[in-house]
Amino acid sequence: MRLEVKKTYKLFIGGKFPRSESGRVYKLNNHKGEFLANVAKASRKDVRESVVVARSAHSGWAGATAYNRGQILYRIAEMLEGRREQFVAEIRELTGQSDKQANQEVDKAIDSWVWHAGWTDKIDAVAGNVNPVAGPFFNISTNQPTGVVAAFAPQGSPLVGLVNTIAPAIVSGNSIIAISSEMLPICAVTLAEVLETSDLPGGVVNILTGNATELGSWLASHLDVNAIDLEGTSNAAELEMLAAENLKRVIRKGSYARTGAKGSLQHILDLMETKTVWHPKGH
Amino acid sequence: MFDYAPAPESRDLVNFQASYGHFIGGKFTKPANSYSTINPATEEVLAEISRGTAKDVDSAVKAARSAYEKTWSKLDGATRGKYLYRIARIIQERSRELAVAETLNNGKPIKETRDADIPLVASWFFYYAGWADKLDYAGLGANPMAHGVVSQIVPWNFPLMMLAWKIAPALAAGNTVVLKPAETTPLTALLFAEICQQAELPDGVVNIVTGFGDTGAMMVGHPDVNKIAFTGSTDVGRIIAKQIAGTEKKATLELGGKAANIVFEDAALDQAVEGIVNGIFFNQGHVCCAGSRLLVQESIQHVVIKKLKARMENIRLGDPMDKNTDIGAINSKEQLTKIDRLVKQGVKEGGEAWAPACVMPKNGFWYAPTIITGVSPANTVAREEIFGPVLSVMTFRTPAEAVAKANNSQYGLSAGVWTEKGSRILKMADQLNAGVVWANTFNQFDPASPFGGFKESGYGREGGRHGLLGYLKGSN
Repeated sequence: MRLEVKKTYKLFIGGKFPRSESGRVYKLNNHKGEFLANVAKASRKDVRESVVVARSAHSGWAGATAYNRGQILYRIAEMLEGRREQFVAEIRELTGQSDKQANQEVDKAIDSWVWHAGWTDKIDAVAGNVNPVAGPFFNISTNQPTGVVAAFAPQGSPLVGLVNTIAPAIVSGNSIIAISSEMLPICAVTLAEVLETSDLPGGVVNILTGNATELGSWLASHLDVNAIDLEGTSNAAELEMLAAENLKRVIRKGSYARTGAKGSLQHILDLMETKTVWHPKGH
Repeated sequence: MFDYAPAPESRDLVNFQASYGHFIGGKFTKPANSYSTINPATEEVLAEISRGTAKDVDSAVKAARSAYEKTWSKLDGATRGKYLYRIARIIQERSRELAVAETLNNGKPIKETRDADIPLVASWFFYYAGWADKLDYAGLGANPMAHGVVSQIVPWNFPLMMLAWKIAPALAAGNTVVLKPAETTPLTALLFAEICQQAELPDGVVNIVTGFGDTGAMMVGHPDVNKIAFTGSTDVGRIIAKQIAGTEKKATLELGGKAANIVFEDAALDQAVEGIVNGIFFNQGHVCCAGSRLLVQESIQHVVIKKLKARMENIRLGDPMDKNTDIGAINSKEQLTKIDRLVKQGVKEGGEAWAPACVMPKNGFWYAPTIITGVSPANTVAREEIFGPVLSVMTFRTPAEAVAKANNSQYGLSAGVWTEKGSRILKMADQLNAGVVWANTFNQFDPASPFGGFKESGYGREGGRHGLLGYLKGSN
């Protein structure tokens, strides 16, 4: 009998798959209570490293054309579709869901990437404007990404919740540090492998597995993080308080549904800034 | 320089009462816990103002809640809009009086209150009046809803204009409000209360509570308030963000700034110099979006500084009521002390301060228009908001360096770019992390144009459709 080769579940930082700098792991069982994996338990230092790489990746990603970003998001959907079997197997092993349920979760995750991919070059058509000011000026409002986003994926969803947390941030050009569900982290690591093979520049998405409460305070208080999505946290009020120190944009828990095949334009806009440019009209 | 004959505006247009209570539920309360509000140009007492207590705040919130539930939320949008149109018209009718009142209480030149502040107040109400029956087009789907009761806290630099920016969209969207003007500049807000009465606005839709920061904190903390709108310092913005953490309350925060005004060697230099002057000396530099960091391309620094100094020699500082005055009084002694302290710190860190010779009036609070050259990006005067007529000058060589220096700030409210090269403007505008970019102009405002900042300059926008969104939520 051939011995199966098992995967080491690691973090995803700057397009690479490091172990936690702390050397820590936590034991994860499958739905039957049998040992499944030792998952990397991210530390403060991993958080700080992720913010550094997310910041350096931000301007390139934000500066890419919307068409280019749209194609990359679509490619993520393609890669995810191609690895559907693996995701279904992981979801079933971890949660004990039926084949049908697991397939539905993967369907929604794939379709949500497609939904978001289509938005990259349409946000300003819906949420931008040429403003009719009372003077001889050209005046235009457009939207641009807010910068580096820290986000906590919902704890109860193995895949689609994470996708609906990452996609609304990166669609517009933000980079993100996403904290996966602590007890359902397997698909997050596999999703990182999908992202890594989708022409997404390294550092745009960083995925950390571990304890949201422990990592939350480091991210909420980090002064080089511009926005925080508190969906998967259990101490949201405390983190919102820390986030106020540099006036991070805050997405409160329960603001947006995360389990569907579509996101929300308002969610995307919450992680963007309106910029208004004036220029005189004349000869 | 020519000698100008005095051209004072008449102050007979305004009659302040000796003392004012709060405006709650359509009526003025009996004045209590009073403090004096002064004319910062003369230190003359203009009126006695009440400090809002917890009880005052509570009764204002109750009046607003009752008006929201019984009246305002039941009215159709067209009727709400007609009230706002009425208010806009009364402001236009009483514009000269309001301009004089604002100048007396704030210290800013009458030409600014007359030509900028008050016309913008009227236009803000006129603009949002038209939104009240068109909320389905705001971008939140059909039948968007108001938040309910909004606490609004405004600063002293544009007292009535900031009131208009807050109240007009809030009412158009169907909210009722409790507004606190700044402690040093309450008078035009109290005149506005009278305007609400003249417009027959239903009682309790607008409530004005006067007082200091403690009154504002009570307005933020009141459990029956649904939304906070604040314009003021970043430090207070942080306190508010912390105060509402973990609650359902929403917030719009317009906070500080340290805008870069970037002048390239191919700019139309005379226009750029006018823009630099307008950018930093408009309203004594008491402007959150003031162009307080001049970034001038190294190759033209000497000619720009020379032209700027020559222009500054012709700035007229003095009686704000004089129609020829360019720079009026600093709004308070406290602010004057802060400006003075920061400029001294700038000199201590190696900057060289220069100001034209100015004859300072004997009474009141005054600060000459000042530039500090030889500033490096790490200096205090390059980082901290001075909120006065003080310009910190730095240089750059390449567009990339200009962007890096401009974005090297905790703030991100506004920026200016001066160049005759269109492609350069567009690329700079893309790269600058600022909510408003003025290219070959500065300090332009319009109710149709969204205004607000990135980073620690706050969040949310005021003006335009975007400004309406802060006062609405989707119906599911």
